[in-house]
Amino acid sequence: MIGPDGQPRPGCDRVVKILEGLGGAIEDRQRSAELAIQAMGITFTVYSEGENIDRSWPFDIIPRVITTGEWDRISTGLIQRLTALNAFIDDLYHDQRIISEGVFPADVIASSVNFRPECVGVSPKRDIWAHICGSDLVRAGDGVMYVLEDNLRVPSGVSYMLENRAVTKRVLAEAFFDLDIHPVDSYPNELRTMLAELSPRDIEQPVLCVLTPGIYNSAYFEHAFLAQEMGAYLVEGNDLYVDADDRVFMRTVDGPVRVDVIYRRIDDAFIDPEAFRKDSALGVPGLMRAWRAGNVALANAPGAGVADDKVVYAYVPDIIRFYLDEDPLIPNVPTFLCSDEAQRSHVLANLDDLVVKPANESGGYGLFIGPKSTAAEKVTIREQILADPRNFIAQPTLQLSTAPTLRDSHVVPRHLDLRPFILSGSTPYVTQGGLTRVAFVEGSLVVNSSQGGGSKDTWIVDPATNPQQPTTDV
Amino acid sequence: MLLSRLAEHVYWAGRYLERAESTARLLRVHTELYLDMPRSVSSGWRPLLAVTGSADTFEEVGGSRDEGVVATEEHQIVKFLTTNLDHPGSVLACLTAARLNLRSVRALIPRSGWEVANSLLLWAKDEQDLAVPRRSRVEWLDEIIRRCQTLAGLLDGTMSHDQSYAFMKIGRHLERADMTTRVIDVQSQVLLGHRIGDGTLPYADVTWMGVLKSVSAMQMFRRVENAGVSGKRALRFLLCNPQFPRSVDHCLTELSRRLLELPRHEEAMAACAASQRVLVDGPLDGLSGAELHDLMDELQRSLGRIHTAASTTWFAPPAMVTRREDPRPRAAAGQTQTQRQRVS
Repeated sequence: MIGPDGQPRPGCDRVVKILEGLGGAIEDRQRSAELAIQAMGITFTVYSEGENIDRSWPFDIIPRVITTGEWDRISTGLIQRLTALNAFIDDLYHDQRIISEGVFPADVIASSVNFRPECVGVSPKRDIWAHICGSDLVRAGDGVMYVLEDNLRVPSGVSYMLENRAVTKRVLAEAFFDLDIHPVDSYPNELRTMLAELSPRDIEQPVLCVLTPGIYNSAYFEHAFLAQEMGAYLVEGNDLYVDADDRVFMRTVDGPVRVDVIYRRIDDAFIDPEAFRKDSALGVPGLMRAWRAGNVALANAPGAGVADDKVVYAYVPDIIRFYLDEDPLIPNVPTFLCSDEAQRSHVLANLDDLVVKPANESGGYGLFIGPKSTAAEKVTIREQILADPRNFIAQPTLQLSTAPTLRDSHVVPRHLDLRPFILSGSTPYVTQGGLTRVAFVEGSLVVNSSQGGGSKDTWIVDPATNPQQPTTDV
Repeated sequence: MLLSRLAEHVYWAGRYLERAESTARLLRVHTELYLDMPRSVSSGWRPLLAVTGSADTFEEVGGSRDEGVVATEEHQIVKFLTTNLDHPGSVLACLTAARLNLRSVRALIPRSGWEVANSLLLWAKDEQDLAVPRRSRVEWLDEIIRRCQTLAGLLDGTMSHDQSYAFMKIGRHLERADMTTRVIDVQSQVLLGHRIGDGTLPYADVTWMGVLKSVSAMQMFRRVENAGVSGKRALRFLLCNPQFPRSVDHCLTELSRRLLELPRHEEAMAACAASQRVLVDGPLDGLSGAELHDLMDELQRSLGRIHTAASTTWFAPPAMVTRREDPRPRAAAGQTQTQRQRVS
């Protein structure tokens, strides 16, 4: 929002003026926001000391601002990316053209933990596998937005994007009169429309379910929220069963009810103990049979996570060129593959400056941050890389951008990232902005809410439009 | 359309709330009664274990020695029934289980209902030191009863009377009918060697008054019967009075009303009608202690059959031929119908 010269960036001057106009009252607004969050019951779940605790969602009222011009380019770039990734996943489970034509190495797939042989030959509707994707974007020191990773399994956070806006509208209402801020609340409706399109039965009102691991899952709030907003059933594994004709039913008081579309918020490995992990009590035995028979749609499709691999990430620019014959609109962060000998020695020689990530973890687990690491940690990561080079990638430590954030009565710069959500329906959809996550600790790059991170509302603002003169406050 | 799992959760929420409240009520009345009773006939605190069917559990986990001192039997039993979380039937354990079940159905109940349920449990926990000492016990129990009633009233007044509400009411009334038969059953031990109404039992009026009070029936009994307390009248009132909300007949009538609202209710309705027949057919006059016990036993078993019918019709997963694994055991709240072992 603020440039290096201390002046508002282009398009942000009106936002800055409104916030400055608040003066000391900004703290009251922050307090109102926190009270609203409590009253609205917006929580996330932390598991600690053997107990699940619902904590209030940590939130900063100063919004993150992006102009419409830049957002339009990013949206187009994200749709391009997902179009290519879906083509890639579909190709992997069919002809593997990208491998036979020498663009993508076969051994990456052979060693991928998220490639599901059970999915080979299956053709989901319109050949779409990753219906819902959350891609993490960061702005680096050069001012450019990069894609940091794509979450194609069960990305979460969209409910907080919606709740952040609801809270901000309560406590900074005047800004919404004065500025042209793009609305975000159409997401649940877009999601419902996209899911309903997937129905295998051609009926007016297909039965939609959100499949959750249950109340102890950290994202349960979001599962319940989305189900409610979409008018879908919130179900757990044992609410569903698959009959002898490979159809899925849900157990209700009125008897069995046929299910058409399942928005599953459970990882592949747990969705069907018949097909995958036998010890899973979360899934539905026979679900894969029903899906392969085309009797039920699963979003995202099983096996879509193969593109979630951080080694695949390194190839996304090539993937875009291969399937779409276009240049990528949003750049990747330069990535070194430890499986490649030359790149590996570069990584091992420059551990001090690099971030090393395991290829198939999510939620920031197993992250090694070179500049902040101890000597012992360097020894450990070196051993891990050498033992299993396929499973590690490295990237330069990015100088993440900051945004003004209210901490202890002062407005201070804090690092942030952005997770927009992309729906790959018949008309692709990208959220207006997304979930901005911010590291509350000075200098920290960790934005996870469980580790001292918080979030902000994200405003896509058109600097060109000239909204009506603000009416005088009475 | 209500998911079977959610129906089961609201049903158990209804049962546990009722169980917490009626246990608190029972303890409150017994505490007062104990002060009135001549030492020679006082049966002490053990009957409470019999009513709540928890004598065995008490032997296992209840005989606690606080701070190394051997506590009095009163102290031990009251603590066991109020705040001991190792005893699934204690007031605090019931409230915990009720909240856990409600948590799974948050989307079905009004937000204010959830908040009251939450603060009820928090209060009961925070103030649990008040539950056992004689000078504060009644205060704690009264507050629990008051808050349970607030919650019940709030749900009655703000929740749509839909299927989930019906399941909550079914749980509540089944539990209530069960509790009334258990309170009556304690009299069967007192009656040893006597028959109802034969005029030979010393302090008969005082003990039957105790029974009436245990289910808050004393005042209503006086208004309706317009006569002194006798075993025959008290028993008839508690079993067959159609208007008193804690009489078995009233509970069964309410139950059948709710069952009729649900689809596929035939089996549960049949079980409910069978319970009502026990009431109509059972001779109530001149029963010996053993006969009274048998009658209560039969009633309780018939109530158990209503639960089983509801459970197989609406809650339990249908046995599917293609299922290769048993369904996950319901871990929700450690709830069991047979958790109260009978003591005879």
